[in-house]
Amino acid sequence: MKPTPALNRSLWVFHLNTGSCNGCEIEIVAAITPRYDPERFGIKLVGSPRHADVLMVTGPVPKKMKERVLRVYAQTPDPKVVICCGTCGESGGVYYDSYNLDGPIDDVIPVDVYISGCPPRPEAILHGVVKAIEKLERLERGAA
Amino acid sequence: MADWTAFLYAILGTVLISFFGMGFGLGILGVDRKLAAHMQARIGPPLRQPFIDFRKLLLKENIVPENAIPWLFNAAPVFALASSITILLYLPIGGLPPVLGNYGDIILVMYLLTVPALAMVAGGFASGSPYATVGAQREMITMIAYEFPLATVLIALAWRLSVLGVANPFSLSALTATPVWAMAGPLGAVGAVLLLIVLILVTPGELSRVPFDTPEAETELAGGLIVEYSGRNLAMFYLAQGVKTVAMTSVIVALFFPWGLSGLIPGSPVTGFVADLIFYVIKVLAVVFISVSVIRVVMARFRINQVVTLYWVFIGGLGILGLLLLVLDSLGGV
Ligand code: SF4
Repeated sequence: MKPTPALNRSLWVFHLNTGSCNGCEIEIVAAITPRYDPERFGIKLVGSPRHADVLMVTGPVPKKMKERVLRVYAQTPDPKVVICCGTCGESGGVYYDSYNLDGPIDDVIPVDVYISGCPPRPEAILHGVVKAIEKLERLERGAA
Repeated sequence: MADWTAFLYAILGTVLISFFGMGFGLGILGVDRKLAAHMQARIGPPLRQPFIDFRKLLLKENIVPENAIPWLFNAAPVFALASSITILLYLPIGGLPPVLGNYGDIILVMYLLTVPALAMVAGGFASGSPYATVGAQREMITMIAYEFPLATVLIALAWRLSVLGVANPFSLSALTATPVWAMAGPLGAVGAVLLLIVLILVTPGELSRVPFDTPEAETELAGGLIVEYSGRNLAMFYLAQGVKTVAMTSVIVALFFPWGLSGLIPGSPVTGFVADLIFYVIKVLAVVFISVSVIRVVMARFRINQVVTLYWVFIGGLGILGLLLLVLDSLGGV
């Protein structure tokens, strides 16, 4: 499905924790405080993947979590964007080469935007979301 | 012939009111979000954000879960939206008398106000998710809780009218023609203020907003009633939420602030009508600001048992106190 301006301006984010250390969670919560105010761009956190446009995934995906990640991905209605937040979701990070990992995240589901940092600063998280909006705008202009 | 014009008026009025209600409802949600943002020292979303959200939701995929009951699951949002619009047809909008005013009174409005919630409960049970089921049960409990204070307020106002010898005290035209303030003495005015406060506190419960959003509780129930809804169905619930906000605040405006400007402004009926409409919009926004925005910014969510105690004991008690004051006032005065 083709993205439209309405989608770019109203991204509802579902935050999915796949076994992260909770550092990224705290920074995500910091990113939605009045100081950064992502609601300016129509971004808000929702409680159910059914309502979401963006999956904000944190953590390195341990073996037990793989099936759940796939299920949440399937539960999210199209069109959707996946943002991988934190280094351990990118590469394994501090859990690199651990015996119980099925990740990193892009081995399990396709990822659109990576946000590096362990944990990333709130500014970086907002920057990542803006990158996601840019990608949607590129798709809207013709790539799709 | 007269039958035909009445029929035509009803149809035209219904269409107009539906579009007005939907547009105004989404507009109100935008104003509410902007005001809440400013109260938290944020910039907040643009005023047309709900319209953008609505358009986006229409574009999204519409998923019906495997263990849902499809027909009920899909019918619930339609019912919620249709019944919210129906409420508006029985309420005066600006200088316009209610489109179906001759066919129903405030008691009917009170019952109609529960229908959108019932539709959501049906949808929640039909979606076959444990979260939605818990949410639906909580919604029913909340409904039982706020119904008592709401009924107290309506009965108090209608009873005051009946003492004055008004023929049909429950009809909305009688209620708007003589607002409580006009007929009450000092004691009665205090009672009327109490009743107004009760109605303002019932509004967030009716609309499932903070602090009474226990049925939807995003943090614990992941959206509660509407957890499984996506795409078009969610868009319809979103729209119904806006229309319901218009309806509930219009009830408050009609009961307590029914004045218009058309009597004060000289000139053609058209300018009077426009002035009335603008004044009505301002009144509704003021009521939304006090009863939804301020309350939801300054409070956190109640637990479901706290909701029941609060509505039955404290807010209900306040309503009965208001009723008593009105009674005392009329015994002394009449
Ligand atoms: S990236 Fe670092 S801070 Fe974030 S969840 Fe992984 S280990 Fe924790």
